[in-house]
Amino acid sequence: MDMTDKKARSASPLSGIKVANFCWIAAGPLTIRYLGMWGATVVRVESHTRPDLMRLQGPYRDGVPGYNNNAWGPQVNSSSYSASINIQTPKGKELALKLIRWADVVASNFAPGQMEKWGLGYEDVKKINPEVIYYRSSQVGATGPNRTRTGSGFEAAALAGFTHVTGWPDRGPVPYIGAFTDFVSPRFGAASILAALSYRRRTGKGQEIDESQAESASYLLAPAIMDYFANGRILGRQGNAVPYASPHSFFPCVGDDSWCAIAIFSDQQWTALCRLMGEPEWSRKEQYATLLGRKQAEAEIYDLVAQWTKHKTAEEVETMLTAAEIPASVVESTAYLMEKDAHMRARGFFRPLKHSVIGEHIYRGPAFKFSRSQDCQFAGPALGEHNDYVFKTLLGMTDQEVAEGINDGGITTDADLAPMKGAF
Amino acid sequence: MDVSNDESGALSPYRILDLTEGPLSLCGKLLADFGADVIKVEKPGGDTARTIGPFYRDIPDPEKSLFWWAYNVNKRGITLNLETADGRDLFKQLVKTSDFILESYPPGHLARLGLGYDALASINPGLILASITPYGQTGPKADYPWSDLTAWASCGAAYLTGDADRPPLCMGFIPQISAQASSELMTAILIAHYEREMSGLGQHIDLSIQDSGIGLLQASVEAWDLAKLDYKRTGGSWGTSGALRRLSFECKDGYAILLQGGGGSIRMVKASESLVQWMADSNMAPDWLKKFDWENDYVTEKLSEELIARIEEPIARFLLTKTKKEIYQEGWDRGIMVAPVNDMADIAADQQLIARGFWLELEHPELGEKVTYCGPFTRMSETPLSCRRRPPLIGEHNIEIYSGEMRIPAASLTALKSAGAI
Repeated sequence: MDMTDKKARSASPLSGIKVANFCWIAAGPLTIRYLGMWGATVVRVESHTRPDLMRLQGPYRDGVPGYNNNAWGPQVNSSSYSASINIQTPKGKELALKLIRWADVVASNFAPGQMEKWGLGYEDVKKINPEVIYYRSSQVGATGPNRTRTGSGFEAAALAGFTHVTGWPDRGPVPYIGAFTDFVSPRFGAASILAALSYRRRTGKGQEIDESQAESASYLLAPAIMDYFANGRILGRQGNAVPYASPHSFFPCVGDDSWCAIAIFSDQQWTALCRLMGEPEWSRKEQYATLLGRKQAEAEIYDLVAQWTKHKTAEEVETMLTAAEIPASVVESTAYLMEKDAHMRARGFFRPLKHSVIGEHIYRGPAFKFSRSQDCQFAGPALGEHNDYVFKTLLGMTDQEVAEGINDGGITTDADLAPMKGAF
Repeated sequence: MDVSNDESGALSPYRILDLTEGPLSLCGKLLADFGADVIKVEKPGGDTARTIGPFYRDIPDPEKSLFWWAYNVNKRGITLNLETADGRDLFKQLVKTSDFILESYPPGHLARLGLGYDALASINPGLILASITPYGQTGPKADYPWSDLTAWASCGAAYLTGDADRPPLCMGFIPQISAQASSELMTAILIAHYEREMSGLGQHIDLSIQDSGIGLLQASVEAWDLAKLDYKRTGGSWGTSGALRRLSFECKDGYAILLQGGGGSIRMVKASESLVQWMADSNMAPDWLKKFDWENDYVTEKLSEELIARIEEPIARFLLTKTKKEIYQEGWDRGIMVAPVNDMADIAADQQLIARGFWLELEHPELGEKVTYCGPFTRMSETPLSCRRRPPLIGEHNIEIYSGEMRIPAASLTALKSAGAI
């Protein structure tokens, strides 16, 4: 283990906070990732007998599938220490309880009821660690008739209304490319844990936190939900049209699948755009001078503006428009973001970190910077990579006890790994 | 959600001045739910975002914007003109008793007014100033004009959203990237706050909406880094490697999401086998599909577009015979990974949300009616979230705060009003 990590951690904002992280896949680990990245000591509990699904997903280094050879798992689990425990064995449960006794925060995102089944529910945990902050996250929450209906962020995005509103009026919904709520809900979950930590510092009291990923994410659609309750309106698919701006879309540019976003809010911005286009005859049409008129002629204006943008590169359009105070942006592909965007490079969001098996690969850093404090992100762990550190250094176990743990099947090792069946 | 004035929230001791605009105001609303006293500071006449619809009962009125309400409920509201010297003096007085300031002005704007971080920290060293801007406070694009659409484009999400044969798509008219970045700012603030409780010192937070949006990009960063694979939009198909599978299927009364899978995921193998069994029970499963080996043959290395198309065809035919409700209830009971594509009416009627008391009805006395809001975004056993007030009217708490709490004499207030400071 890199000792510089530990040095940086002691000066980090969340230094001293201890987290027993039973979360898996994406939403839970991404929530806890904030804590580790900013200095908390996070122990990620996982097992060789039932590896995290994130370890079964590509992309892999050199295209070779392997539990420790993919980048997506370490990405979401960066800044955490991996301890491999089979909590379904008596020894494993004993170790889990030991870790829970050590922890300030216990986190999980299994189906509600699962932690209880293992004897690790809040009521059990509170008995041995009364001040614990017990965070749980699930698709629709830990109470209510559908609580056992778990699933991924793909389904939660559909339940919460995101899928229905994305698409063209003449076609079916276009689900987002990823498990949308898995990426949104961590912003709310991490804040809940931090608010609870602040409260505990004042009062000494811990508590249980129950986050429904569909509920927290629904704040992103709140005005549309309120529109239904107040006005009975059901928001449908409208392409890129919005009531408050026009044109408001992505326009084709020179190059393969190359686009520029343009959003015109005011009549002044429209006039400025017309000037940049050389004030063609069509642009003088009186109807186009107002937002209302432009909304009524949205499709024809799109085609006319596209006639102009398609002879320019997306960068040219972005540069010209932003200089004229018109919101515009290249529609950046991921490769563009990582290779060509000079602003991204200047901000240093993408950073190489050294993973013990993959070697150096790119991590997403924090989206925010502090004027005084530094983050201390380190690469995600290989499965069970930090067993020695966790069991001996953090939990104070002897070599003999660790050997017994392995013998009794409580601590899993590479020998417990089934051959990889391939990505799902 | 508790509608009361109790002071037992996780952040009850803290005061926040909120200078943000539009969907970026969400952060302050969420912090207010934790119990913080959040004061929305608007320019005289009110926020520009009050002119954005939808409006309550479709009446365009700055006091009836549902858009503005959604992001500003549970705050108090004052008007203050930072462009005037008197206004800035008042603001500095407020800073003395505040713990956080949230702002979304273009970088450098507050500093030009003499209200940059250093100036504010000299008044209150413990102050946390949280800035949220499209590209962050530094870098070549820091001053670019922007909107949620351009932010969606700049973070890589637009390129990945939509049908392959059409332009990229945003997600409806409700700003997504801004609102999610604003919720991430809440986490940033509370990290700085935790540190402040030890050091006693505040600091300046610089959140870039572009960086925040990159958090939504599934495994695309890793795919480019390790495999030099630049993900494209695929009409909502998914797959981390190998050929893509369809997610959305038409059903009897709308659409449903179905996650197909196999390989090393025990859950997905079982789900796929259950789906075939359900189809078989309706005599809609072809024999070859009944014998398909999801565990060993539905794996990245063997998945071709032809195979996926062959599998999807009978599934699509079967799902057309079921309603959204049937798919969610019976499908889920059979262990299939499905969900209805809910619209706003479905969400409002959702039994789970109702049972958990998610909908919050707040009295708007001046309307003589109750308005329905989203409720607690998290459930905390010891410090339940609380919504103590409807969104403020323009300048509603001027007297309460300026006279009552800051003890500004009535004559001075009149002068400040005449001078355009409040």
